Amino acid sequence: MSRKFMSGKVSRRAVLAGTAVGAAAALGRFPTPAIADTEPFRLGLLTVKTGPLAQGGIQMEQGVLTYLKEKNYTIGGRKVDFISADTGGNPAGTKTKAQELVERDKVDVILGPLAAFELYAISDYIKEQKTPTLSLAAADNLTQRTPNPYLLRASATSSQAMQPMGHYAATELKLKRVVTVTEDFAFGYEQMGGFQAAFAKDGGCVVNKLWPPLSTPDYTPYVAQISDCDGVCQGFAGSNPLRFMKAYAGAGLKYPVVTGETGGDDALLKNFGEEAIGLIGCCPYTIDLETEANHRFIDGMIKNYDSIPGQYAALLYVNCQVVDAALKATGGDASDKDKFMAALKAVNLTDTPRGPLKFDHLNNVIGTFYIRRVQTEGAKYGLKVWNKTIKTYENVSQFWTWPEAEFLAHPVYSRDYPPLTKC
Amino acid sequence: MTFWLLLTVNSVTFGGLLFLLSAGFSLIFGLMRIPNLTHGSMFMVGAYLGTTFLSGALGFKLNFWLAAILAAVEVAILGGLMERLLLRRLAGQPLAQVLVTLGVSFMVADLCLMGWGGDPISVGTPPGLAGFVRWGGAAFPLYRMAVIAIAVVFAAALWIMLDRTRLGAMIRAGVDDPQMARVVGIRVSQLFTIVFALGAGLAGFAGMIGGPILSVYPGLDQDMLPLALVVVILGGTGSLLGSFVGSIIIGFIYNFGQALLPELAYFILFLPMVLVLLLRPQGLFGGQII
Repeated sequence: MSRKFMSGKVSRRAVLAGTAVGAAAALGRFPTPAIADTEPFRLGLLTVKTGPLAQGGIQMEQGVLTYLKEKNYTIGGRKVDFISADTGGNPAGTKTKAQELVERDKVDVILGPLAAFELYAISDYIKEQKTPTLSLAAADNLTQRTPNPYLLRASATSSQAMQPMGHYAATELKLKRVVTVTEDFAFGYEQMGGFQAAFAKDGGCVVNKLWPPLSTPDYTPYVAQISDCDGVCQGFAGSNPLRFMKAYAGAGLKYPVVTGETGGDDALLKNFGEEAIGLIGCCPYTIDLETEANHRFIDGMIKNYDSIPGQYAALLYVNCQVVDAALKATGGDASDKDKFMAALKAVNLTDTPRGPLKFDHLNNVIGTFYIRRVQTEGAKYGLKVWNKTIKTYENVSQFWTWPEAEFLAHPVYSRDYPPLTKC
Repeated sequence: MTFWLLLTVNSVTFGGLLFLLSAGFSLIFGLMRIPNLTHGSMFMVGAYLGTTFLSGALGFKLNFWLAAILAAVEVAILGGLMERLLLRRLAGQPLAQVLVTLGVSFMVADLCLMGWGGDPISVGTPPGLAGFVRWGGAAFPLYRMAVIAIAVVFAAALWIMLDRTRLGAMIRAGVDDPQMARVVGIRVSQLFTIVFALGAGLAGFAGMIGGPILSVYPGLDQDMLPLALVVVILGGTGSLLGSFVGSIIIGFIYNFGQALLPELAYFILFLPMVLVLLLRPQGLFGGQII
């Protein structure tokens, strides 16, 4: 099951798509290169469908398929062969599957992978093979101090959402002293580094940083250490936010809690209860964005999978839009990888489920970020709790408000950078 | 002061949950000499089944306790089937048994992912136990207190079963000397099935009882299995008292270790296991069935 050709569906759709393309060409609507009639565009996905990361990984695949179904498996004038590979959520598996996609399946573009350690495992390989890769993994430095020219990130760096969150916590919530708590791995370090730096820039102070291991069945021992503060910033991912918020409420703590993109993900809403009410998070996608593109996406996800999507599905859907737009710009031609990569970088979209987006010269997204509050009012799609957008930050870059050179002069955010200061 | 109180109470709670999980593991290991690596899976399957009964997705809706009991019964049946159909054929081949249980645990994890999806499912606290007990300025969730009570009740019931009933006497005989037990006419192979089903059922029950604290998610099995292993190695296999004492000790080490020395949390958790294996391989209470 690790590999799935959509050939059954494609062959049926191919007839339809072929007819549509033929009709469009006959009408002279847009020039369709000869290649579109012969060779399908090969779209590869590296995702995780087994193990603890599978929740996000399955959503990633659903996001891609929702887009392809909406477009009848035809993007940029070309029929699509979609090949999905399950990395198993480990670096070695990711490397093997990336090689399979590139060398055996000859994919034109790779979407994914999910986790930073997976991306690091294949970063050199995709550079060598010059395979354009639209990553979801957030490892900061791959679009910062050690950029990879064949990597494009339409989602966000680990710290990108936390920086506006830090600003909001300091200026609007008026928090002064915050304890941070998140998983003990790179994504956690970079998130909290971003939060701390932006929070401190506006006068806030992080008084303690807690790092539970990735699999911690019960967070109460960490919750017990939260004191002497006026707010908490949690950066948990996967199913961990649910359990953290339960343990937090269970210990009777009342400090306001802020979080990043994964800690209040919309896909968690159906499982959040009273304990999450009041949680404020910052995310590159929001379910309550009232635009046509977002409605189309959510309706597609509900129709196809009966699933209320979160950012994993949304950002992969956006990745497909980016590929589609680039393919249109090159007239359906992805054979020259450098030219196609340049077309991908030049994409500038206004109508996506996450709002408008473009890319900086290091291939990372500049887009809108949404501050949302978890509440019961306004809930739609049969949900009991809802993420309500309370502030929008537009054109947010990975460097936040710092000049690029100043930002890049610092070391990458880590467990100890920025350091704790007395306050 | 609040900090210490909270951690102490939580240690006992977590110990109680670990006891429900590891008592069965210990009995199975003591009687059958099988390190049952599907034990974490039983815990997870129990929790998934319980949440399904609770949610009413099957057309009927049970309350929390009935859901937990029904889940336990179903997991017990699954455990019994696994013993009859798989492990029985591998009697006397410990390596094959370890590999089979490990393989089954992977298969169960994938089946659960297919059946229940990757989304974490949070389990509501049973009505009536959602509040707090206030004590010395600290708030303790009522449900966690109830978990302690449940663990104590189960410990007592298991003790009575093992110490006072005919079945218990047969199990003790089987643990002490299976050959001799066979000679005096105890059907040890039947005991195997009963104990395996009982152990699996306890794990499934623990999964549902742990639900409101831990929630249910893919990977829960792999989070819990090492804890059960540590408890049983520390307390000694086949010993109920060992499981109980081991669970409480690990509950304390887990909570205080993570709070006071988070960098070394796992080191501290597994250190007693290493020491026990080196200095007293049978465990603190190994060789005693009660």
